[in-house]
Amino acid sequence: MISYLPLVFVFPLIGFLILAFGRGRLSENLAAIVGVGSVGLSAATTAYVGYDFLTHLPASGAYVVPLWTWMSVGTFNVEFALKLDGLSLTMLSVITGVGFLIHLFASWYMRGDDGYGRFLSYMNLFVASMLFLVLGDDLLFLYFGWEGVGLCSYLLIGFWYKDAANGAAARKAFVITRVGDTFMAIALFILYREFGTLNIDELQRLAPQAWAVGAPLATATAMLLLGGAVGKSAQLPLQTWLPDAMAGPTPVSALIHAATMVTAGVYLIARTHVLFELSPVAMQWVGGIGAVTLLLAGFTALMQTDIKKILAYSTMSQIGYMFLAEGAGAYQPAVFHLMTHAFFKALLFLSSGSVILAMHHEQDIFKMGGLYKKIPFVFACMLIGTLALTAFPFTSGYFSKDEILHQAYLTGHYELWAAGLFGAFLTAVYSFRLIFITFFGPERWRQAQAHGHGHGHDDHGHGAGEPHGAHTLDHHIPLAILLVLAVVGGYIHLPLSAVLPEAHIAGGDHGPAYIAHLPFVASMAGLVVSWLLFLQFPQVPAALARGAATAWIGKLWKNAWGFDWLYDALFKAPFVWAARINRNDFIDGLIGLIPAGLRGAASLATATQTGGLRWYAAVAGAGLCLLIAVVALH
Amino acid sequence: MILVWLILIPFIGGLLSWQAERYSRGLPRWIALLTMAGVLGTSIWLWATGDYSITGTGFAAAAGQTPSWTIEFQAQWIPSIGASFHLGLDGLSLLLVVLTNLIGVLAIACSWKEIERNVGFFHLNLLWNLGGVVGIFLALDMFLFFFFWEMMLVPMFFLIALWGHNIPGGKGRVYAAIKFFIYTQASGFLMLVSILAMVFLHQQATGKLSFDYHDLLNTPMGAQVEWWLMLGFFGAFAVKMPVVPFHTWLPDAHGQAPTAGSVDLAGILLKTAAYGLLRFGIPFFPHASAAFAPVAMWLGVVGIIYGAVVAFSQTDIKRFVAYTSISHMGFIVIGIYAGTEQALQGVVVQMIAHGLSAGALFILCGEIYERLHTRDISKMGGLWSRFPNLPPIMLFFSAASLGLPGLGNFVGEFLILVGSFDAAPVVTIIAASGLILAAVYSLYLVQRALHGAPQPLPEGVQLNKQGLLKDLSKRELVMMLSLMALLMGLGLYPQIVMDTAKAPVQAVQTIYKAATTPSVVAVTGANP
Repeated sequence: MISYLPLVFVFPLIGFLILAFGRGRLSENLAAIVGVGSVGLSAATTAYVGYDFLTHLPASGAYVVPLWTWMSVGTFNVEFALKLDGLSLTMLSVITGVGFLIHLFASWYMRGDDGYGRFLSYMNLFVASMLFLVLGDDLLFLYFGWEGVGLCSYLLIGFWYKDAANGAAARKAFVITRVGDTFMAIALFILYREFGTLNIDELQRLAPQAWAVGAPLATATAMLLLGGAVGKSAQLPLQTWLPDAMAGPTPVSALIHAATMVTAGVYLIARTHVLFELSPVAMQWVGGIGAVTLLLAGFTALMQTDIKKILAYSTMSQIGYMFLAEGAGAYQPAVFHLMTHAFFKALLFLSSGSVILAMHHEQDIFKMGGLYKKIPFVFACMLIGTLALTAFPFTSGYFSKDEILHQAYLTGHYELWAAGLFGAFLTAVYSFRLIFITFFGPERWRQAQAHGHGHGHDDHGHGAGEPHGAHTLDHHIPLAILLVLAVVGGYIHLPLSAVLPEAHIAGGDHGPAYIAHLPFVASMAGLVVSWLLFLQFPQVPAALARGAATAWIGKLWKNAWGFDWLYDALFKAPFVWAARINRNDFIDGLIGLIPAGLRGAASLATATQTGGLRWYAAVAGAGLCLLIAVVALH
Repeated sequence: MILVWLILIPFIGGLLSWQAERYSRGLPRWIALLTMAGVLGTSIWLWATGDYSITGTGFAAAAGQTPSWTIEFQAQWIPSIGASFHLGLDGLSLLLVVLTNLIGVLAIACSWKEIERNVGFFHLNLLWNLGGVVGIFLALDMFLFFFFWEMMLVPMFFLIALWGHNIPGGKGRVYAAIKFFIYTQASGFLMLVSILAMVFLHQQATGKLSFDYHDLLNTPMGAQVEWWLMLGFFGAFAVKMPVVPFHTWLPDAHGQAPTAGSVDLAGILLKTAAYGLLRFGIPFFPHASAAFAPVAMWLGVVGIIYGAVVAFSQTDIKRFVAYTSISHMGFIVIGIYAGTEQALQGVVVQMIAHGLSAGALFILCGEIYERLHTRDISKMGGLWSRFPNLPPIMLFFSAASLGLPGLGNFVGEFLILVGSFDAAPVVTIIAASGLILAAVYSLYLVQRALHGAPQPLPEGVQLNKQGLLKDLSKRELVMMLSLMALLMGLGLYPQIVMDTAKAPVQAVQTIYKAATTPSVVAVTGANP
């Protein structure tokens, strides 16, 4: 029943339209039913179509549903056609499934907000765009969704528009990803010029015939596509927008900036892996960028105090793992990790949203503490999510991350493997730091209360400062389901083998047995270090913060290695300067010289008309002399 | 004959509405609206019923065949100088005629409340201007073309000078009107010289004095002469487009013009330049144009970047949109001179999409001005919470301006870039940075005008009972929603436009290609 496939995105689009045109006229409940229901129907359609796909596997590995021709100019033909294969089905399931749960949670989280309907309308539009991105069988169709999710991300980051800082964060996200998108657009130009098509299957068939491995043009194309991928997936060097994007409401962070949109880069590389494999240099860059990003983000996460920013850097770091895997040719584990990460990171973000509301819109973990007694269910969710994040055995993250590291090792990418291993240690340190400081230790919110720093917007009717949990089903159900998925998600078998190749492992070598256990050891070491530093001996980090050198490093980490500062100085400041000084358009001034010159000449000429006879005679005489001189000298 | 009516009806309608003011102030508006709606309907009917697979562009009469147009009209006019009243319609001119009439309807509708003084004379000027523009798109005689080219200026001059704004700190509407007039007049003179030179060259070679497009298409000329004559045409069109550094009349004209004038300017007047290049500039001088292409394309790049950077720092919302237009028109210059089929189709789509989106933005500027009595962006801020409908609509058109896929502007810009890449990769890559800059300035506008905390209202502006400003009326909503629908249609199914423009675009491309590959000229020079 593949013909139902378009319904997957039609439902959210209809939801968007109803909500967009019904703004202000729909009650909150009605808006919730439309907004959440549309994604629910989309998820149901996905399940139905997916079941059908898996039971009637097509011989070619993919079904294509053509919709209509978008553009056809000479040899340039672009179809709106949906392609369903194992990879897009996986993405589809994550987007609609996790998306539905997050919508359900959001319908609880956003209660009472002025823009309730507007929020859900943007969320629905996002889901539709994201579905275009993963269903498009043409790079330009993919680009369509790619830009669409960017716009929705912009709208949702800046959702609380009255605060100019949110607007700045939203613009930063859009513009920085647009830089990447432009690289990607240039890659599209090259591909069209070389192959006369942007259809992904065609490209993957034609490119290896035309380009030798390592051909300069192949490298250029792959690097430009990588530029698009790093922009969307917040990897070095276009990573700086993601932490700022946390200005959006927390469900947005969960859906867009953890589970779906930021993994679009991973998807893009997997989708066009044939093009990447034509360039070993680009593959090295993919893996290298992943490794460096996961480490830099890991260190940065260590120093953050905002609960959402910790999770943001953690997301950046986990996507680094996926890039690392792809760089090693291990596409299947990368997509596998994409899925498990969607489960546990959505769980973590939603739980953090619950914590934030329980703390009356407080996001600083150093103003929390001891919360496990107050909100035990959220604590359980957070703990399970963290265990999955740190790849605790038999949670979902364990299977995917272990596979990434194992395959990186077996394919001979030892430096990537080492980076990933150290990253696992870092992950455990910063993740458990979050757990220990937020849920254990002293109840710092009591001090805040005592010092009169009670929070202004306590609109839930509890005593000021006292954390309070939520008790409704629309809060519990999404968390509970995600909790289950975060635990057992690792047992899901993805139908990827028809789409993505296996990593090239020489001679069925499995390496020394201890290799498989090292990630666990690293995580446990991180857990212990975290426990010692942040729960047992909090005076140690405090002392470190006082040392000159350590404080400097801490500051560097806290400011994410100074990339924001660098980019401001290199790009933003000169642009703003150039725009400011040329506000009045100097060309207008230059052209204004022409009438000014004419006027000047006119007044000069007027000045010669003095009316004095002697002056006229003198000038006439001088002219005559000049004339004679010219004639004589000629 | 129907072509003559397309031009004549607006002129008659203009006269009628001028006279109708004696009876009531509303009557001229209705007459003008019905007139333009009538010609819009007619032009759409022509679109639906005509066969647009033929075009006379690029036809060399030497081949002994008669050039043919979808609809053609020729009558004697001034036989003594060889000028005739010769009109022709093909897919390209049809699309632009439809656009002109559509923008005309919108220009009338958006002035419904704005224009209170001399309503009749206002509509006379507006309709004569529109009629003149339609004439430009139909004329196949260079004398006639030049006649219309000059004729559309005078009404526009009056629109700016008489109904324009004198914004505080600006140089005044009369200054802007005169600047507009001098720029266009001076550059038009260059074109006139070129036309006359061509006519004389043609007479020398064939003994026939003629201003006719078909005759002049195969005027024999030396490379040097072709170069200079091409520059004369380019000069006129570059000012009108406008190409940086000949652009500075545009922000002033937009800044002071009434809303209808701005809509008209951005929506169609600028497109006459692109049309002129496609119809005349390149077919008349293919070799010189091909040789000049690198310069022109770099000028396009400069325009894209310069316009975007200057737009970023503008505080007057209309000057802002004017500079973004300059930036968008840069893409059109690149596309025309890249000369591939994709790029040229992109140019056609971009012309229409920009006409719709810039027109819509100027209408929105007018609506904001009506309500806030200011065009200073820094005094807007937080409009999102002041109106229910205006801000999301403005966001939509900002998204169009930044080239969001799904809307027409994206199709235009992407086709231009993908089509130009083969011809000029470096130019294309630098031009692509315009996509980033467009995001920067568009979102900065959204931030300053719509988002942020609501600013204190300017003096004399009152909120209504719900604490809001007066939102869009039904008339304004219908205008906006139809523009949105059209822009989305163009973004999702541009084929309907591109199929219509296919024949002329292919003709231009063939001419251009023949000129860039000299060995082929001898073989295919006759008939594309």
